[in-house]
Amino acid sequence: MAQLTHRASALHKSIPAVLFAARGLATASTSPITVETSLPFTGHKIDPPSRSVETSSQELLTFFRDMALMRRMEIAADSLYKAKLIRGFCHLYDGQEAVCVGMEAAINKKDCIITAYRDHCIFLGRGGTLLEAFAELMGRKSGCSKGKGGSMHFYKKEGGFYGGHGIVGAQVPLGCGLAFAQKYSKDESVTFAMYGDGAANQGQLFEALNMAALWDLPAILVCENNHYGMGTAEWRAAKSPAYYKRGDYVPGLKVDGMDVLAVKQACKFAKEHALKNGPIILEMDTYRYHGHSMSDPGSTYRTRDEISGVRQERDPIERVRKLILTHDIATEKELKDTEKEVRKEVDEAIAQAKESPMPDPSELFTNVYVKGLGTEVKLFHYIHLFLSRLLTTIVLEFLL
Amino acid sequence: MAATILHGVGATTALSSINYNNSRRSLPERKRTSLVIQCDGSLSSGLNISNNRGAKLSTNAVAQSKQENVTASTTSKPGHELLLFEALREGLEEEMERDPHVCVMGEDVGHYGGSYKVTKGLADKYGDLRVLDTPIAENSFTGMGIGAAMTGLRPIVEGMNMGFLLLAFNQISNNCGMLHYTSGGQFKIPIVIRGPGGVGRQLGAEHSQRLESYFQSIPGIQMVACSTPYNAKGLMKAAIRSDNPVILFEHVLLYNLKERIPDEEYVLSLEEAEKVRPGKHVTVLTYSRMRYHVMQAAKTLVNKGYDPEVIDIRSLKPFDLHTIGNSVKKTHRVLIVEECMRTGGIGASLTASINEHFHDYLDAPIVCLSSQDVPTPYAGVLEEWTVVQPAQIVAAVEQLCQ
Repeated sequence: MAQLTHRASALHKSIPAVLFAARGLATASTSPITVETSLPFTGHKIDPPSRSVETSSQELLTFFRDMALMRRMEIAADSLYKAKLIRGFCHLYDGQEAVCVGMEAAINKKDCIITAYRDHCIFLGRGGTLLEAFAELMGRKSGCSKGKGGSMHFYKKEGGFYGGHGIVGAQVPLGCGLAFAQKYSKDESVTFAMYGDGAANQGQLFEALNMAALWDLPAILVCENNHYGMGTAEWRAAKSPAYYKRGDYVPGLKVDGMDVLAVKQACKFAKEHALKNGPIILEMDTYRYHGHSMSDPGSTYRTRDEISGVRQERDPIERVRKLILTHDIATEKELKDTEKEVRKEVDEAIAQAKESPMPDPSELFTNVYVKGLGTEVKLFHYIHLFLSRLLTTIVLEFLL
Repeated sequence: MAATILHGVGATTALSSINYNNSRRSLPERKRTSLVIQCDGSLSSGLNISNNRGAKLSTNAVAQSKQENVTASTTSKPGHELLLFEALREGLEEEMERDPHVCVMGEDVGHYGGSYKVTKGLADKYGDLRVLDTPIAENSFTGMGIGAAMTGLRPIVEGMNMGFLLLAFNQISNNCGMLHYTSGGQFKIPIVIRGPGGVGRQLGAEHSQRLESYFQSIPGIQMVACSTPYNAKGLMKAAIRSDNPVILFEHVLLYNLKERIPDEEYVLSLEEAEKVRPGKHVTVLTYSRMRYHVMQAAKTLVNKGYDPEVIDIRSLKPFDLHTIGNSVKKTHRVLIVEECMRTGGIGASLTASINEHFHDYLDAPIVCLSSQDVPTPYAGVLEEWTVVQPAQIVAAVEQLCQ
């Protein structure tokens, strides 16, 4: 129970304390509630954990708020993209919130998470702020990567979030490197290397799994199976869509990724396993409501009925709402108020981000190399001189 | 046939048809003071970059005395003699001793001792985790090294042959080079990627590759090429201590070079070129194995009355335009001798760079001798003609100095 309290209080860091207290929900207790996951776990070469998950009112409310915040952020990002404030590629996570929220509930900031480009919500879970996220999406200086990364390159070093990668599959060997460093420094933490059902077919994954298993690295490979790799359904890309079995000699667990408590249980189980026995694969059966990215309508390769069906039957936020209402933890109105607050928070962050300045042109050349080398300053001088030379040439050609 | 090939390779630019005087344009004097790249830790504009290196830096890595007398001991300090691969190992071992974050990973680096014996004995001393034998999976173990570097470890990834690192190109380009930038400076990647490359003795096309040309455009990485035991050890140490990703290019045929190196600790500067032989008629720029072909040609040239200045550029990215520029201003003629392919090689970039910065100081167009744009054949006599030979260098200098 002490662990739950610690967990719940750690999660509060992503909620402004003032707002939470102002709600005056005095009944938010930390006394344990046991909930059964909606589906059992399926194991590959391992005994799956129990379906009974211990949680608390406080934790459930935190889950609700966190997921509502993430959902709101992604929907707001959709509007910003359509308003051309966000450019390039924008991959939205709505529908999959339970995976990152459940994961955060089972781990701490010393554990590392690395993922591909669908990283906005995971960034938030790791301690990133809404302002940093929106500013980065809009290419502003106060973004988490100073506006130089964009949607696919969110990172948070202090939070143990290693990105944020555009080339899918490449983050898994990086994740094994993180696990290697954890084993090297013996600091009893683990790495969650996340990838999708599309990237599950990359060769480097199997290479990384081999090495992780060979050296017992504390690496947990998490396949967020949303059943579509951009426009290709999993049955058209994979001979064996049982991604949790793909490890062969590495044990695996199939989890209902829309059930935040199941995810929490699985990640807790996986962390214990990885610290003792080496790598394990978790397959999160989840779903994304949006298309692959903002340039994909998401309806050419799947039916609208399918999307609305999942939304009705399996939506992660609705599931937690039902739990809260069933256990009398909060009223319908209180939950709606939470959603309103969250919406306000997001809107404020967007307004602030819109006002924040663009990066200075000199930022083009910073962070290419680590400071102290002098190369970046030389490059700046070079371009400065090039520009002035260009101007001189133009002026002279005009005069002569 | 030899004469035809000489002519074809030597006349890389139509030297005879250009009127050098017309190449000067009458634009007003352009400011050049802030252009030159100084590598002694300070900039001409007055910006001070603090030098964080603990050991003393040899800022002036002039090694002429060492090069001219490779086997005889000439200097007063005793030093010790060793082979180039031993010098690499010495540098590596000293750094591993000094900093527990330094680790090695690669194929057969541990129990086998390294395919070129660079890591021999290290696994016994530091253990299997710190000197890690990887499976044959370049893409992922390079990725693993980069991920480890993100957390603060300082891995040295060995490619058994540089050519194998083509499999890791995605990791080297996208993750190694770019992560510092795309994370807004949050993560640094203090990794060293090293291995032997270049044309060997009939190793075949796939094992005779020069990857410096492929990697040179990747932003965020540094590239250096070692050529003597002295600079091999110094550059290895500097690369390990650097917080930037460094690719250290070694050469298959240079591992058994013997030289006497100092007993005391030294670290060289990654961005500096080495003046091998001072001169005044022509600046010959080279690196790695071609340095020895150039020095061989230099002997012939001296007998014929020429005085070439030979510079081993060492730093392939960024170029040491300070040293190179000073030399160009003195001699006004440049010959580049490299082992890279003609198309898009280091020589091509260096030619463009020198033309851009020192155009007004040149009395003749830059001549660049590179390897032929062919896969390296197996037959010995054909392989010999893919790379630049001393006779071609002599012919090029003679033509350049007409």
